[in-house]
Amino acid sequence: MIRLEKRATPSKQWSLAAPLLAVALTMIAGGIMFAALGKDPLEAIRIIFWDPIFGEFASYSRPQLLVKAGPLILIAIGLSLGFRAGIWNIGAEGQYIMGAIFGAATGLAFYPAELWIIFPLMVIAGAIGGTLWAMIPAILKTKFNTNEILTSLMLVYVAQEILKSMANGLLKNPEGHGFPGSRNLAHYPATSNPELIVGTGAHWGVMAAIVAVIAAYILLSRHILGFQIRLTGESPRAARFASVRPNRLIVICMGISGGLAGLAGLFEVTGPAGQITDKFNVGYGFTAIIVAFLGRLHPVGILLAGLLMALTYIGGELAQLQMSIPAAAIQAFQGMLLFFLLAMDVLTNFKIKFGTEAA
Amino acid sequence: MDLSSFDPVVLITTMMIAATPIMFAAIGELVVEKAGVLNLGVEGMMIFGAICGFMITVNTGSPFLGMCAAAIGGAVMSLLFGILTQFFLSNQVATGLALTLFGLGFSALLGQSYAGIKPPSTPKLDLPILSDLPVVGPILFSHDLMVYLAIAIVAATWAVLKYTRIGLILRAVGENHDAAHALGYKVVRIRLLAIMFGGACAGLGGAYLSLVRVPQWTEGMTAGAGWIALAIVVFASWKPWRVLLGAWLFGGVTFLQLYLQAAGVDIPVEYLSMSPYVITIVVLVIMSADKNKAAMNAPASLGKVFHATH
Repeated sequence: MIRLEKRATPSKQWSLAAPLLAVALTMIAGGIMFAALGKDPLEAIRIIFWDPIFGEFASYSRPQLLVKAGPLILIAIGLSLGFRAGIWNIGAEGQYIMGAIFGAATGLAFYPAELWIIFPLMVIAGAIGGTLWAMIPAILKTKFNTNEILTSLMLVYVAQEILKSMANGLLKNPEGHGFPGSRNLAHYPATSNPELIVGTGAHWGVMAAIVAVIAAYILLSRHILGFQIRLTGESPRAARFASVRPNRLIVICMGISGGLAGLAGLFEVTGPAGQITDKFNVGYGFTAIIVAFLGRLHPVGILLAGLLMALTYIGGELAQLQMSIPAAAIQAFQGMLLFFLLAMDVLTNFKIKFGTEAA
Repeated sequence: MDLSSFDPVVLITTMMIAATPIMFAAIGELVVEKAGVLNLGVEGMMIFGAICGFMITVNTGSPFLGMCAAAIGGAVMSLLFGILTQFFLSNQVATGLALTLFGLGFSALLGQSYAGIKPPSTPKLDLPILSDLPVVGPILFSHDLMVYLAIAIVAATWAVLKYTRIGLILRAVGENHDAAHALGYKVVRIRLLAIMFGGACAGLGGAYLSLVRVPQWTEGMTAGAGWIALAIVVFASWKPWRVLLGAWLFGGVTFLQLYLQAAGVDIPVEYLSMSPYVITIVVLVIMSADKNKAAMNAPASLGKVFHATH
């Protein structure tokens, strides 16, 4: 008989090995899925994980890696702080949208002025937009004890409708010949978020992601707030004795994650996406949840997990072009990854013993 | 704006249809939560049920078989969650989210070639005389069987939880799994069965969307219905008959916003479309504002990991 025995402290080795094992298992299960679709599984795996970096068209796809990883890492870093403390903000997609709307609206308000101050103002507005949107579930949680999981998620659908309304109304391009969508922010120097280092894909959002990783690392390992976050997650009772104020923590964690998601949205809409349209967002807010867990809620882990997840996006597009593997297969693939990771976590927290207990 | 076409009978019948998918999903989740398990994957199971039911119905021509397939599909999906949380002792919140993300992706994959197809229609109840009665006929005797099934499941759940031994054991497991375990009840087995029941119900709800309510398959067609079902369980304070009320209320809101859109009210369509979600938030806030009451009704072991050491 197989028994599980709880470890006194989570195993360090398994904590690192579990994500790798999960990736390997996902490749196997994904291979089976591709085979079931009638595609060559080995070739599919190669195209998804190898070709974007080393393949024939790698010079095009390599910069995309940072473009896609940037927002994922930025959002996931924010989410990980809350997740560690048991605060479940799963509405990052909505905060991302609101950040983009706030930021874009600020930039468009100045059109056609060309001042250097415009872009920094847009960045601030983006962060404020995301933070404000995240404050709704945070305040409902602290004042009325409303479940933040449900409210933050409901607000994604609300944000989506606001986005539609903006793209077809207030922010619509007056010279757009009636097409929905705003002016293209990437076309105006004052509002654009260009590639900073040629050939790398690194734009301001990628820089912000790197800063966020470092800041989160310092916060968690050196700052009292990071200690409180970790303490609350590991032992809420001990946290109360250590006079951690849970409500304050909820507001801070939700605020930071909302702000970072808003920033990610702003950088996306001014750079890769270029304009506000009713579906410029592509679900980074949800994928970032997977990134956060895959990275073990640790800043460095999230950095690596974000790059890996970006790889599956780009590889997925390649696989779609070359093998006509549907885009949805990649989404299922990413979901599978989270499943395997959660399953493998049992090895981190428990020892597996064979045979019955000798007692 | 033209409100002259307003017809209360249409309101009630449409409301009952709009409420059915959420009623299925919510009553299933209620049983799961009563057993002490929080499954946030309702959305994923619903959409998987929607595509399973749709595929089988289109291929066999039988909505009945489609509904069966949807229930089985939902249960199989929920079993993934069940195995992970009950045997691998994973975090229930994270696993539920994984189920939703995976379900959305996987169903989109399965549904590739089914977009734009019209499924065979589901037969409606047609009783002589009764169905032709004015007012009462359309409201009580002219729906498809699934509407009645949803209400029957709610009633059955209420009766089982309140009056039977099985219901008592289920509630015991949800209130205090250690005590239930000490009494010799198989906590894990009972929870797995509850999770599968929840999955089957969510699957049925999803299939009702794709086969009757819309009826068509589109990617991500559940559009948050699973999450609203979760909210309705909170609204219902874990009481079955209140699920009925909550689902109908929600159905009413859905009907009203669609009606106002059609009547050309001077409110942008987007703001009407977001109203069900906003109202769900408002209702959640009202229900949870009274801390003592909200905490009293939730099963005490909800969301906690059970690990038997003996």
